[in-house]
Amino acid sequence: MKPAARPVQRPHDAKLLIVEADGRLRHAVRAQLACHLRAGDLLVANDAATIPASLSGLHKRSGAVIEIRLAGRGSLAADDVREFTAVAFGSGDHHTPTEERPPPPPLQAGDAMVLGPLRATVLRMLEHPRLVALRFAGTPDAVWAGIARHGKPIQYAYVAQSLAMWDVWTPLAARPVAFESPSAGFALDWKLLTALRAGGIELATLTHAAGISSTGDPALDAKMPFDEPYHLPRQTVLAIARTQARGGRVVALGTTVTRALEHAASSGEPLRSGAGVATQRIDAHTALRVVDAIVTGVHESGESHYELLRAFASDAVLEHARAALEQHGYRSHEFGDSVLLARQRPATPRPAPRAVDASQLLEQSRPRLGSHHDKRPPEGRPEKALAISAPHVTPYLIATCN
Amino acid sequence: MNTRDPSSTSSVHGLRVAITGGTSGLGLALVGTLHHRGAAVAFVARQVHHIRDVERQYGGTHGIPGDVSQKDEIHPIAMRITAALDGLDVLINNASSLGPVPLALLADTDCEDLETALATNLVGPFRLTKAVLGALAASAREGRQGLVINITSDAAATPYAGWGAYGASKAALSHMSRIWDEELRPHGVRVQAIDPGDMDTPLHALAVPDADPASLKRPADGAQEIVTFLESVQAEKAPAL
Repeated sequence: MKPAARPVQRPHDAKLLIVEADGRLRHAVRAQLACHLRAGDLLVANDAATIPASLSGLHKRSGAVIEIRLAGRGSLAADDVREFTAVAFGSGDHHTPTEERPPPPPLQAGDAMVLGPLRATVLRMLEHPRLVALRFAGTPDAVWAGIARHGKPIQYAYVAQSLAMWDVWTPLAARPVAFESPSAGFALDWKLLTALRAGGIELATLTHAAGISSTGDPALDAKMPFDEPYHLPRQTVLAIARTQARGGRVVALGTTVTRALEHAASSGEPLRSGAGVATQRIDAHTALRVVDAIVTGVHESGESHYELLRAFASDAVLEHARAALEQHGYRSHEFGDSVLLARQRPATPRPAPRAVDASQLLEQSRPRLGSHHDKRPPEGRPEKALAISAPHVTPYLIATCN
Repeated sequence: MNTRDPSSTSSVHGLRVAITGGTSGLGLALVGTLHHRGAAVAFVARQVHHIRDVERQYGGTHGIPGDVSQKDEIHPIAMRITAALDGLDVLINNASSLGPVPLALLADTDCEDLETALATNLVGPFRLTKAVLGALAASAREGRQGLVINITSDAAATPYAGWGAYGASKAALSHMSRIWDEELRPHGVRVQAIDPGDMDTPLHALAVPDADPASLKRPADGAQEIVTFLESVQAEKAPAL
């Protein structure tokens, strides 16, 4: 499939391939996403803003040019910006495919780097000559000033144009914690957010430090995804509980949301809000506990992103979808088209959702037992179960669903 | 000068506020008043040495060099705001340009001076609001706040000869505020234009050099009125704070 080569987040002709829970495929217009979710569903988005995480400069000991891409940190705390996990590259830039970039100069603990106004030191090597733990000198304000002034968005060769920060921030972008865009969020705009509300579809968010997608080095790529900190707000936990109680679906807008929610659910306890670090891989062996469907970008099979989709559907279904994407010219990568993939109806019912403390719900509801895939939510707007009021908007702004 | 009242029960205590044009006039007074009330404050201005002075005067505030009239400075400014404050509850678009200085009749105003007034007073606030809108919407979802205050002027409403570029740009800002408030209300974010009245500020002195300062409001009083408004809005929104 061809990558989308222009940094347009919402091309007017953006496509959405819908893979239903029974494996049937439908082609749709992505701007009408609200028409393809049901009243009572919950869409969960990642509101992370994208850090311009590519920093170029000099490796002092060798005098060689180096590019550092920030790729991880321990928490989302605003002042936790002195130590990062980073991937190092040699000379060149995004115009060269990552797998063809020369390696960085040999690195070792104690090495100093000058990256524009920033001064960085290698704390230790992380079991690969290009993977380092890095420390920045200066106060948090000074580090952010340096990143803001000198950093560029991480980007790849399939987009020739140099990206600006406005190209890589989703419309919901809040705190700057993502190393690359949580690009499923490119599907959103405020018109769509308004349409979701009008359609009785709830929106909730979490903040997750979306990591980098590729390093060009297979051994390094195999170590990914790195540990990714996230924050799951209490309001989102309550929204999930309400959704499950009324039989709606929890729809993750992107792989980062999936990773964060499934990590938060993995302890076996009722879903807890707060800070966490997603350390798990999601693949064909993963039993999803929370997420019922995912909206995600189009990627080639064999990529790590694809492995996550195997938790939702069999290889046969994914191959059927892949063939349809190819045949219909869907564009891949972050500025490309999207897929709405429902968790395939299991042969055996999945375990009962964990009982939710009823006092945490905003209105009366009973915990549901058994699989809630067998029951469709009520048609049209559910009565009172939703605490969403219809907005006062000019009618023409609401896209009509056909 | 750095007198914060630790026993303050102000409802803006802990509120995350960003102010543009924060090193002089009303903006500086807002930085000081909010800081004194225990708010977490970030401010934007163009001159680094002024920024350092204000940071020294109000220790703990975050000064961010930047020019809101420049498109490519907006996202770096927005990122530094949300990084410094760990999110954002209130944006105050205060940085203003008169356009032509000295003030000029419209027919004598260079187009470029009109464009400067529009760039700083309308498009800058528009772009910065868009860039931090995600953070403000997050604040609203969390039940904290989610408010944009756009500083306007009587010149936006009354046709004063000589105030064309400034007046027109502030009128546009005012009307944009009303439409945006309408559009964002379902999402919990509010947009409010506030006219603080004529104040004894460097901007006013540039516009009316022979004005009698004694006849003008003090910026501290203008700031106090805005903070009182913020306190009342915050007390409604989050009474438990």
